[in-house]
Amino acid sequence: MSTATDRGRAAPIRVRAAALAGFALLASGCARTPRTGASLHPLYGLAPRLAFTLQDAASGAAVTAAAFRGRVVMLYFGYTHCPDVCPTTLTKLAAAVRALPPEERRRVRILFVTVDPARDTLAVLRAYAAAFGPEVVGLRGTKAEIDRLAARYRVTYSFGKPNARGNYDVTHSSAVFIFGRDGGSAAVVEPADGVPAIRATLRTLASRA
Amino acid sequence: MSVLAALRFLLPWEFSPVALAACALPAAAYLAGLRARRASGRPEGGLRTLAFLVGVGSIYAVMQTHVDFLAQHMFWIHRVQHLVLHHLGPFLIALSAPTETLVAGTPRALARRLAPVVSNRALRALYRTLQQPVIACTLFVGLIFFWLTPAVHFYAMLIKPIYLTMNWSMLIDGLLFWWLILGPERAGAPRLATRMAMLVAIAIPQAILGAYLTFRAAPLYDVYGLCGRAFAISPQLDQQLGGLNTWIPPGMMSALGLVVLASRWMRADERAPLRASGQLGRAG
Repeated sequence: MSTATDRGRAAPIRVRAAALAGFALLASGCARTPRTGASLHPLYGLAPRLAFTLQDAASGAAVTAAAFRGRVVMLYFGYTHCPDVCPTTLTKLAAAVRALPPEERRRVRILFVTVDPARDTLAVLRAYAAAFGPEVVGLRGTKAEIDRLAARYRVTYSFGKPNARGNYDVTHSSAVFIFGRDGGSAAVVEPADGVPAIRATLRTLASRA
Repeated sequence: MSVLAALRFLLPWEFSPVALAACALPAAAYLAGLRARRASGRPEGGLRTLAFLVGVGSIYAVMQTHVDFLAQHMFWIHRVQHLVLHHLGPFLIALSAPTETLVAGTPRALARRLAPVVSNRALRALYRTLQQPVIACTLFVGLIFFWLTPAVHFYAMLIKPIYLTMNWSMLIDGLLFWWLILGPERAGAPRLATRMAMLVAIAIPQAILGAYLTFRAAPLYDVYGLCGRAFAISPQLDQQLGGLNTWIPPGMMSALGLVVLASRWMRADERAPLRASGQLGRAG
């Protein structure tokens, strides 16, 4: 999918302008109330819509964002050798999904995009994703594809120096981006956000037609 | 770093035709103006030329090279970027007093098109309002505080249109402010003493904010951790370096401005010894 088509699907300019105008007001309001983790940072559709072409670890086939239209999507970048942050985050996201009523649960997918495709082969990624639940989809791509997706959401990652056994750490974004059933950006999850806050946002988005 | 990597670093991280035009067109007009002035026997000085080109070049460098990537993923580099956009670049441009050269280098047809914009009454009224000393100082310091409000900063770093609004607002305000401080002393423009007071007035809140960021133990800007830092340093060190960059170099820019204005004051006194002695006589 080319960048041109991605841009074509961006929110209409008037909508974005209105959202920007309201932003200063909202942000100054947020500044006064300290964050309790009770609700997520909303994105008001201001971050780009969900768009990518990657390889689905379960089937090995190419998959685009269109395959997830109609579902609430949580997008997260990580790697399977991640010692703490990735498993913790995925466990939390999966718990929030499991806390939903069954019909809403079916409408939610967790997309785990590996930023370490060299070590995360399709088989490794498939097993890893499945371990966290049926809603987790492992996605893999070339470095260029992953870089493009990361830049789209203004996140980054970098590799540490390999140790004697060739293992290395990856510093990566801890953000989880939540998209509505129409693919529009809805909220971002910070590490401090708990299961109830995530679940509440998912419920609102999944119940929306 | 290999040559290829170095060249790639100089390419835009997020290409912006507007930023390219905003830097390239004035630079082209300026270079044409230099030639025209040399031809007419009124060449521009070398130091002024250097100040203008370095000013424009530094603005281009922080907006349209991979410095912009680093600024998006490291708080202290973001502060360096704003130092250039809001202080250094506009300071050098205003210091170079480029009006004559820019006018000399602007094609006639374009100048005719621009004339109605320049003489537009509403725009002039807006400009005069923004250039009131109290408003100009409030705007200059207010923008720094606004974009560094943690909740605002969070969205500025996550959402591209807000990020661009932030950077352009800093650049435009920087040009307005330093033009007011270092621009020509004509009717309606603030007097040198007022300008010096303005430089002191803006330095104090910036120093307080910079010191606060430097000495505050808890990180204020989670968004860099959330989006991933460009290279691994602790959030605390990142904030300390950012605080120092908000504190020390802006203070030095104010000090440098004071030196420029003081030297102008002394030269004005030398040129008008009668007026100066007259004032002294009244005071005594």
